[in-house]
Amino acid sequence: MNDLTPTREQRTAALEGMGCKRKRVEDARFTQGKGNYVDDLKLPGMLHGDFVRSPHAHARVKSINSEEALKVPGVLAVITAETLKTVNLAWMPTLAGDVQMVLADGKVLFQNQEVAFVVATDRYAADDGINKVVVEYEPLPVVIDPFKAMDKDAPVLREDLAGKTSGAHGPRKHHNHIFEWTVGDKDLTDAAFRKADVTIKEMISYHRTHPSPLETCQCVCSFDKIRGELSIWGTFQAPHVIRTVVALIAKIPEQKIHVISPDVGGGFGNKVGAYPGYICAAVASIVTGKPVKWVEDRIENLTATSFARDYHMTTEIAATKDGKVTGLRVHVLADHGAFDACADPSKWPAGFFNIVTGSYDFPTAHLSVDGIYTNKAPGGVAYRCSFRVTEAAYCIERGMDILAQKLGMDPAELRLKNFIRKEQFPYHSALGWEYDSGDYHTAMKKMMETVDYAGLRKEQAAQRAAFKRGETREIMGLGVSFFTEIVGAGPSKNCDILGIAMFDSCEIRLHPTGAGIARVGTKSTGQGHETTWAQIIATEIGIPADNIMVEEGNTDTAPYGLGTYGSRSTPVAGAAIAMASRKIKAKAQMIAAYKLEVHEDDLEWDIDGFRVKGLPEKTMSMKDICWAAYNSVPPGMEPGLEAVSYYDPPNMTYPFGAYICVMNIDVDTGVYKIRRFYALDDCGTRINPMIIEGQVHGGLTEAFAIAMGQEIRYDPEGNVVTGSFMDFFMPTAVETPHWETDFTVTPSPHHPIGAKGVGESPNVGGVPAFSNAVNDAFSFLGSTHIQMPHDYWRNWKAAKSLGVFAA
Amino acid sequence: MIPGPFSYHRPATVADAVKLLSTLGDEARPLAGGHSLVPMMKLRLATPEHLVDLHGIDGLKGIRRDGNRIVIGAMTTQAELLASDDIAKSLPILQEAALLIADPQVRYMGTIGGNVANGDPGNDMPALMMTLGAHYRLEGPGGGRDIAATEFYQGAYFTALEPGEILTAISVALPAAGHGYAYEKLKRKIGDYATAAAAVVLTMAGGKVVSCAIGLTNLHETPLLATDAAKAVIGTSLDAATLKKAAAAAEAIMSPAADARGPVEYRKHVGGIMVTRALQRAASRAK
Repeated sequence: MNDLTPTREQRTAALEGMGCKRKRVEDARFTQGKGNYVDDLKLPGMLHGDFVRSPHAHARVKSINSEEALKVPGVLAVITAETLKTVNLAWMPTLAGDVQMVLADGKVLFQNQEVAFVVATDRYAADDGINKVVVEYEPLPVVIDPFKAMDKDAPVLREDLAGKTSGAHGPRKHHNHIFEWTVGDKDLTDAAFRKADVTIKEMISYHRTHPSPLETCQCVCSFDKIRGELSIWGTFQAPHVIRTVVALIAKIPEQKIHVISPDVGGGFGNKVGAYPGYICAAVASIVTGKPVKWVEDRIENLTATSFARDYHMTTEIAATKDGKVTGLRVHVLADHGAFDACADPSKWPAGFFNIVTGSYDFPTAHLSVDGIYTNKAPGGVAYRCSFRVTEAAYCIERGMDILAQKLGMDPAELRLKNFIRKEQFPYHSALGWEYDSGDYHTAMKKMMETVDYAGLRKEQAAQRAAFKRGETREIMGLGVSFFTEIVGAGPSKNCDILGIAMFDSCEIRLHPTGAGIARVGTKSTGQGHETTWAQIIATEIGIPADNIMVEEGNTDTAPYGLGTYGSRSTPVAGAAIAMASRKIKAKAQMIAAYKLEVHEDDLEWDIDGFRVKGLPEKTMSMKDICWAAYNSVPPGMEPGLEAVSYYDPPNMTYPFGAYICVMNIDVDTGVYKIRRFYALDDCGTRINPMIIEGQVHGGLTEAFAIAMGQEIRYDPEGNVVTGSFMDFFMPTAVETPHWETDFTVTPSPHHPIGAKGVGESPNVGGVPAFSNAVNDAFSFLGSTHIQMPHDYWRNWKAAKSLGVFAA
Repeated sequence: MIPGPFSYHRPATVADAVKLLSTLGDEARPLAGGHSLVPMMKLRLATPEHLVDLHGIDGLKGIRRDGNRIVIGAMTTQAELLASDDIAKSLPILQEAALLIADPQVRYMGTIGGNVANGDPGNDMPALMMTLGAHYRLEGPGGGRDIAATEFYQGAYFTALEPGEILTAISVALPAAGHGYAYEKLKRKIGDYATAAAAVVLTMAGGKVVSCAIGLTNLHETPLLATDAAKAVIGTSLDAATLKKAAAAAEAIMSPAADARGPVEYRKHVGGIMVTRALQRAASRAK
């Protein structure tokens, strides 16, 4: 030892492992415009495809005439359903067990549905061609209001399902019905309601919106006729699943399909599913023998690929008069649009909506969900949330506020009274989940102390009194939200996609000089995996994160994984990374023991290498072990230092958090001002606090957008009226409030590093916080529930209906 | 979102531009900042065969004094307007409004001429020009002419421009020293058109309004001058009853469309509030 010997702190810091606010390594290219996205790809001879889309929400397609389009210079082909039928691809399976038209086959079922695919030498020619395709439509009556979809005389939307009395998830009750899904004990729950002192019932709608990543969905397909190989570069959140789906439906051997997700500019669930553009580009490439690019524009993205939410939740809570909840009953009318293309694990038609009991100890609950068809775009993706979890969190968090109001209790107090207690974990919920860990009271109290909750309530009381005296036209609301997420899909016992268990994977290879590459089955769409995955490895095996290259998204090189969505990357792939690291560490220990001439058991791990117990100066660093792995391994051992792990999680993880929003609303204009937003997240072990903070900022911004104005709205004829960023609310930095973030740490007991996942929590917890703030602001005027989104004119309308403009 | 085919022309003089526009006829459109025309072309709602780009014409740039008037070249960008000391001193309401137009990128490209000439009811400058009593200079195949802003707007995207004519400059008489002004704009977000907006220019003496003009943006298919509302405040100290009367008079002439910004009733209601707030703020600034 001398002054130059690094201290333990210095050695730990040099690794930039878990807990370090390591700068994002991918940002070097992103901030300099050097990312490599699908649309950056230009292959020799590449053609461009674009869609003719339906102006009608429901119409019979009488004829499609491509004659004039084919005369446009540069236009090479016009593909229709008739063309696709020759290769049996006019329809495709959806992830939810339904089928979906690739191109209009006889009729169209939503506005902007894909009708024909024009292939041309450039994008301009393709668009010129689109304008020359003549489609003759016979408009049909539309179903837009989900509450009218199952009327007796409602128009029949899916003629292809005529006579089918059951679907992928059981019996169908009506020609526009998809499935009914029930969970929980109905009799017990009904009994709880009969005995209850107090009950509430409210229809709480979570409107249709859209994930709207800045990069739209796109792909380049290139079929090599000589080799019989199909290469697909695409904006895929789950490239391996895409490869398998293509193999199954296109009958190309899976090893001859190469799926590559390059840099992806945001996903938020929008890029999980398979879309007609992918199929058409692949078919076009096979037909023409040339690479074909398809790039969605903004309007197409908002109106045709994968909406989110559109859940209409009739919520009932039973409670004692002193505020102890005794039962929860929820019925959901789920508007799935024209095809059931929800991206959920196969056995879960309403995702994990049965997390709807939230953070509360409900002795009994019953849930039923009816999925229905309407003349709207298909989708139903998890927009920055685990499957239908944000809908569930909104449902219960609004419900608890409504109950508090009825009881005359403070909403925070009601929550504290009903939380699952720390000692109850692992906790079995009434609707079938096993919550892994939590400490809700601590988180809630920390939130309340930090923001001076009692002080805020006092201020609100004063503000209300002043409003009543006519001294101000502003009202003040406090929006409390305490959410429990369920992420990390998922254990093979109950989670699969098209029969493939939802494990994830990691392969690590260390090189002789103490560096390495890690390939992972997930795909970052902005989460910073290249940074954080290396940090896990750094801490696990003592190689500096800077020396680990992380690679994802190429199905030829990455081990099979189920991709990135539902906050599953850290809970599942993060675990696989730790487990692969530990395999490496076990072999490294054998090498070190051999080199140090001691027994393996005499070694202990020490930050970045092994040392002999009791002899701290006798050490071997991982760097040296890497070198030894390639020249002097113990006799009988294979050289090299690499490992692969496929991780099947034993359970989901359950991140949680306590949020509060403080908001003022000007009743004369409906204009709101977010005065304060505090978000405390507990995501278990924290890998990179800076990235967590960034994730929370992003998710809260989306939650703010959704709650305060972002919607996909249809007029009664089925026209989308919010189909561009002029009308679809996408907040800029100017509208976005300041975020205060905080945390507690309750590790997951079953995850190798105790991490739970965080990317989606803020969207899940944020929406109810905003909505509760608006509702809380108006509550003293006599309202119980105002539907989202809470944009200016709707706030004004609420104020008006509550009589604040009375003379 | 891909425009149809078009030819591109870049004349160097107003005369050349006028000549091009009149020879090419209906299928030619002048291109200024492009923030209205180009999106329309991408949606193929506009499919001009020829674009006559005015950026090469030096004579259309610049802000100058002409006696007691300020003359602003049509190709002056919103950013240049914001950077001008002359405007800051004599027509500060233009800067207040320009800052509410979209974002810096748009303001670097968007021109004041394009803003007023396109006839888009959502644009902010037309109502302001009516409020200020501005005149537009038009150059066409038959020569030049001046037209009052109040005479220029005929309907949504319909203006007094004749075929082949270009709006080359805006001329505004300097408002009285010590005038009060305000542009109140309610919008959902940066980059949005106004849900409702009101411009007020007034003078006060002894706590009473001496003169007043009120303009309204995006509350009708054309910008509006709310003359009855303005009359209602003359001679008053803008007491609550007067403000209510003025707002009601303004609302009476509004006929906005229902859109994602809100239903007709809401847009008129907040239109009235914008008038009230603009009057109060303008009065507080008047010396």
